[in-house]
Amino acid sequence: MDYFAQQLINGLVLGSIYGLIAIGYTMVYGIVGMINFAHGDIFMIGGFIALITFLILISLGLTAIPVILLVVLLVSMAITALYGWTIERIAYRPLRHSFRLAPMLSAIGMSFVLTNYSQIAQGARVKPIPPFITGGYTLHESADGFVIQLSNIQIMVVITTIVLLGIFTWLVSRTRLGRDMRACEQDQTMAALLGVDVDRTISMTFVIGAALAAVAGLMYLLYYGLVDFFMGFVAGIKAFTAAVLGGIGSLPGAMLGGLAIGLIETFWSAYFSVEYKDVAAFSILIVVLIFMPTGLLGRPEVEKV
Amino acid sequence: MTATPHETTKASRTAGIPFLLKTAFINALIALVLFSLMVGIRTEAGSDGQLTYWARFGDVAALVGAVFGGSIVIELLRQWIGPTGAEKLVPPSVQSGMSFIGRYLAPALLIFTLLVPVIFYNQRYILDLAILVLTYVMLGWGLNVVVGLAGLLDLGYVAFYAVGAYSYGLLATSFGWSFWICLPLAGILAAFWGVLLGFPVLRLRGDYLAIVTLAFGEIIRLVIINWQSLTGGPNGVSGIPRPSFFGIPLDNSDDGLAAKLGIEYSPTHRIVFLFYLILALALLTNWVTIRLRRLPIGRAWEALREDEVACRALGINTTTTKLTAFATGAMFGGFAGAFFATRQGFISPESFTFQESALVLAIVVLGGMGSQLGVALAALTMIGGFELFRSLENYRMLVFGMAMVLIMIWRPRGIIGHRAPTVYLTKAQVISSDLVKEGHG
Repeated sequence: MDYFAQQLINGLVLGSIYGLIAIGYTMVYGIVGMINFAHGDIFMIGGFIALITFLILISLGLTAIPVILLVVLLVSMAITALYGWTIERIAYRPLRHSFRLAPMLSAIGMSFVLTNYSQIAQGARVKPIPPFITGGYTLHESADGFVIQLSNIQIMVVITTIVLLGIFTWLVSRTRLGRDMRACEQDQTMAALLGVDVDRTISMTFVIGAALAAVAGLMYLLYYGLVDFFMGFVAGIKAFTAAVLGGIGSLPGAMLGGLAIGLIETFWSAYFSVEYKDVAAFSILIVVLIFMPTGLLGRPEVEKV
Repeated sequence: MTATPHETTKASRTAGIPFLLKTAFINALIALVLFSLMVGIRTEAGSDGQLTYWARFGDVAALVGAVFGGSIVIELLRQWIGPTGAEKLVPPSVQSGMSFIGRYLAPALLIFTLLVPVIFYNQRYILDLAILVLTYVMLGWGLNVVVGLAGLLDLGYVAFYAVGAYSYGLLATSFGWSFWICLPLAGILAAFWGVLLGFPVLRLRGDYLAIVTLAFGEIIRLVIINWQSLTGGPNGVSGIPRPSFFGIPLDNSDDGLAAKLGIEYSPTHRIVFLFYLILALALLTNWVTIRLRRLPIGRAWEALREDEVACRALGINTTTTKLTAFATGAMFGGFAGAFFATRQGFISPESFTFQESALVLAIVVLGGMGSQLGVALAALTMIGGFELFRSLENYRMLVFGMAMVLIMIWRPRGIIGHRAPTVYLTKAQVISSDLVKEGHG
């Protein structure tokens, strides 16, 4: 039971990270109708920028951890958001009225570009950082000595995710930008006729998605203590699985799907085999798409002729 | 909304140097922010596990300067070429010229290919490269059945390549079966896996299908890595026997082909044999595809590609149509895999990554999705291009990714666009392939 509770905590933390990435997929899919294949690599770039900012701030002599964290968060969000904006501008916008596969293939190309760009720029080796936020709480100690731990970092990941989700939900449901986004999701031509700047709205969607991915990258860096240039691929597919599982286009669904994937992966590793945890995640993607193509919270797609 | 690109282009055409400089300056500023940390600061883990970093401001300055200059050049080119939207239709004269070239290019290329081992007999490097190109031509033609004909986007094609390679590798090393027995078996096994993949994805379309096939490809690779008792895991399978000339080994022994023919033995014999083997396999793929296109099943594939709903309304069984497309494509992938295993003598999961799938898909897309000649030329360009960039090992995939993006922007229908259905109800319209609308799939 204690083991189960510990895995539950770990799974929820991992799921929060997946959920943050999944929001980027689901938003872009909802509005532009394409799978932003490069989104996983945006997450990786976010992690790298966070790492570099950390190094600079520490070598500048800053010691106050909250200040460092805040600065790193803002810098990595800002620069990664610019990456997202640039990619949309270069690789996706010219293809908006092209045939269906074109943006997808362009996104695959962009994903290769980003992966190899960071490999060339930062080297192929894994970059570890020393544990930055330490400490935690012991929730429960059983008779046989098994301890349920809740580390500060896990608390931080979950709280950041909840706060960001709150801000994000407010943004989508209450602001002008959110209304524009929802309008574009329903009908781009009609939205444009009614005075919505479609190009700007789509750009902002990519910017927000990339910023959330940067937060996920920072959380990943803090939680696992390392980044490498290839981490975007698998994390990206899993986050996409999460988005599909939750029902693509649905924001609460993306978070829910992220948590589900995180939990499934953690429990699979804990009770079955670590080697096949990715196989488990991919199999779930296939199973979900076969039996529940609309996901948990998605709307069924109506086939129009 | 459709009018906006024209207006902006017009506006930028009339704008002069200040506009140019402003655009270039903004682009350079964006580049500065993008590259500042990722390129400007290089991190590396030291021997004690501590991270160190050093600055590379020179590189950032060079990149920003390149972006500044590049955006001026691109903007000038754009003004020089003018709006592209108006000239989408290919003029009839160019079209007839293209078809004239197309009619004679294919036989000429085929004759040249047949003569390659004669011309370049002493140049081992060129022969090896030609074998590699032909392998990708075959893979491209195989995937073309799925993507180009049936319109099903498959991002996990390399899985079937892997199944074929491992089928031959394991059967030959465990049971000592010969290549010629294993080749059909590898094809059948790969086709079986194709059907296995086909069943679950029958209901999926477009992007979802792409992601599921990608996941499938990754599952196969992960299983190969982790199922160590069978596949040897990351170490792969080594000592895979070389192919024989229908039972006669191509070596320096008394039973060898050279000894039987009474000619002097040379290691090039085997290379030449491999060359003709893959050429035969590729041509088989081509021939079968062309024949299948004229059978009811081929027509059904094309109908499926154009419009799945209409296809079903016409009473075509989309289930069998999709499954046969997957199985046929997978079978050719399996053949190519078996050939790959016998050529290399060693296979490991590293050869079957997602990059490989993307490369084959890029060949099919670049070749125009559906055009046999286009795919062959695209394979030649891609693999040849890769060879040119061989010295820049790390930059290869970077350039490949950029090329994929640029091709999608400039010629989304491939360099040689041809994907018209084989039969029409009325006379074919003279219409550029750029304007053909995508069917679902």
